[in-house]
Amino acid sequence: MKNQIKFVQGNEACVEAALYAGLDFFAGYPITPSTEIAEHMAVRLPQIGGRFLQMEDEIASLCAIIGASLTGNKVMTATSGPGFSLMQEALGYAIMTEIPCVIVNVQRGGPSTGLPTHASQGDINQARWGTHGDHAIIALTASNHQDLFDITVEAFNLAETYRTPVILMLDEITGHMRERLHIPKPGKIPIVSRLKTSVKQGVDYHPYLPREDGRLPMSDFGGIHRYNVTGLFHDMWGFPTDNPQIVHGLLRHLLDKIGNNVHLIAKYKEYYLEDATTILVSYGSSARSALHLVNNRRNRGERLGLLELQTLWPFPYGIVREKCANARHVLVVEMNMGQILREVKIAVEDPEKVFLANRIDGMFITPTDIRNILRLIQGKGV
Amino acid sequence: MAIKDYLRERFFPHMWCPGCGHGTVLNCMLRAIENLALEKNDIVMVSGIGCSARISGYVDFHTLHTIHGRALAFATGVKMSRPDLNLIVPMGDGDALAIGGNHFIHAARRNIDITAIIMNNRIYGMTGGQFSPLTGYGKLATTAPYTNIDHAFDTVSLAIAAGASFVARTTTYHARQMTDIIQKAIQHKGFSVVEVLTQCPTYFGRKNKEGSAAEMMENYKNITTPIGSKKSQENPELIERGIFVEKEMPEYCSEYKKIIQKAVKGK
Repeated sequence: MKNQIKFVQGNEACVEAALYAGLDFFAGYPITPSTEIAEHMAVRLPQIGGRFLQMEDEIASLCAIIGASLTGNKVMTATSGPGFSLMQEALGYAIMTEIPCVIVNVQRGGPSTGLPTHASQGDINQARWGTHGDHAIIALTASNHQDLFDITVEAFNLAETYRTPVILMLDEITGHMRERLHIPKPGKIPIVSRLKTSVKQGVDYHPYLPREDGRLPMSDFGGIHRYNVTGLFHDMWGFPTDNPQIVHGLLRHLLDKIGNNVHLIAKYKEYYLEDATTILVSYGSSARSALHLVNNRRNRGERLGLLELQTLWPFPYGIVREKCANARHVLVVEMNMGQILREVKIAVEDPEKVFLANRIDGMFITPTDIRNILRLIQGKGV
Repeated sequence: MAIKDYLRERFFPHMWCPGCGHGTVLNCMLRAIENLALEKNDIVMVSGIGCSARISGYVDFHTLHTIHGRALAFATGVKMSRPDLNLIVPMGDGDALAIGGNHFIHAARRNIDITAIIMNNRIYGMTGGQFSPLTGYGKLATTAPYTNIDHAFDTVSLAIAAGASFVARTTTYHARQMTDIIQKAIQHKGFSVVEVLTQCPTYFGRKNKEGSAAEMMENYKNITTPIGSKKSQENPELIERGIFVEKEMPEYCSEYKKIIQKAVKGK
């Protein structure tokens, strides 16, 4: 393979990673700042015999990829806040029916049409709680293109492993910024293939009967087994039921298959945490400024560290608690009103030592912004 | 194959009210499939939400019961990844043309090879009798207690304008015609729309004093006439039934196959 090194936007890095992970099918609708993902998919997918669809809206986009996933494809859609809002009902359907898919939200400022071309991380809680009913979700993010590549592949792997939608939370900065990307050789990053049933044709296949490990082997829809799929509570055959025992069992299964595996799902990066007295907790593009500041202050001998979260949901409470145990101050750096701050406060033993450094004006949070807040917390004045 | 071999008998009795027309639609659809000698494994039925959508639970095909109004969007994803399968999408009038109206016109515009059956009973039955976009001006519904001032779509005109390459209308009274039309619609390569006037005696009929199920069916005989018949010319208020459009047009999945060839060559 030639051109292993590219200088690309994050959106394009995401496309390359999706193809690396085995993407077959993409459906989307144009929306800033995610549009480049659809544009690159339109070029790249048919070249490898895959399918690209531009649908009539974001609702249809997610519905189409769910249908395509069920037949055995790896699928993705990409959007931004307003489109992500439209997708919430179909997202719940994919959760309930346990159909793997990857949904990219290149965040912009909100609410509503908000700031289409500016930076924000305001949809973090929407990714967690946007669709109705109790549910679990996996949401990932990354702060640079190389990580974004790895995390995108990971999104596909987790979607297949847990038979669930995975949300990839990019933002306008990571999506549009150009940066160096090294595309790894095929096979360098492990790829999880779909777990298929070994049940033979003519033998009863139970699409919703979990194995002992909680996983559900799939049979390609339209293939050798005929079965029903519904967004209603359903039995092991996939048929609607309101039997309280089955309803309870299915909901617990949907929550536990992710909730019980936080330690396997959680990904993060840490910088200088061993002796840090002040720890920054950040993610996505904000983590770039946080890391810059940490490197800068370390050079001056300040004991600053950074915990960069790559898995936002399920929130890794245990990891945050452990890493922040010895810190005097914890400063959560994000571009919203404290959506991850809330979780960090829940995670740590002493919530009063947790502070927020944020920007909510559409401007990228800078190392100076963070430093100013840090000085206030440390009682040094701005 | 006998009709019952296409059914998941263990899920009967069905949940439709006595006198509901949806059972007739199911019957005619299965006869059409039987006439075509289609394999059960080659049929995918995708449905949305509503009384009509429950049809997918009763048939022994690959069945995908989705969310309200979006069945055609899901079906598009299935068809694009498996163009060899026969896609049948039964929808209610609200499912297809209110919440799903956008997906309906765009599926028609793409001319993707899907058979859409719109079971038009002019009411939201499952939620108990609210007016739909096909209820019609002057009718009554629980949400139009003083009469409905919403005008109805003409499903056939809408489908034609949106670009469907097969458009037909029939009723539950005309079961043989329905079977024949559904058969042709499934065979047609492209987006096929079959509107079936089907009675809801429980809500639409009762609210609008249209009598029993049998009387409502009888009424379909009286208010419809074959396309272009003499009766139709003399009585323009009659609803025409039959096949309005049946034309060859480039089909979406076939066209995308060409896109793949182009892209692979140009790589």
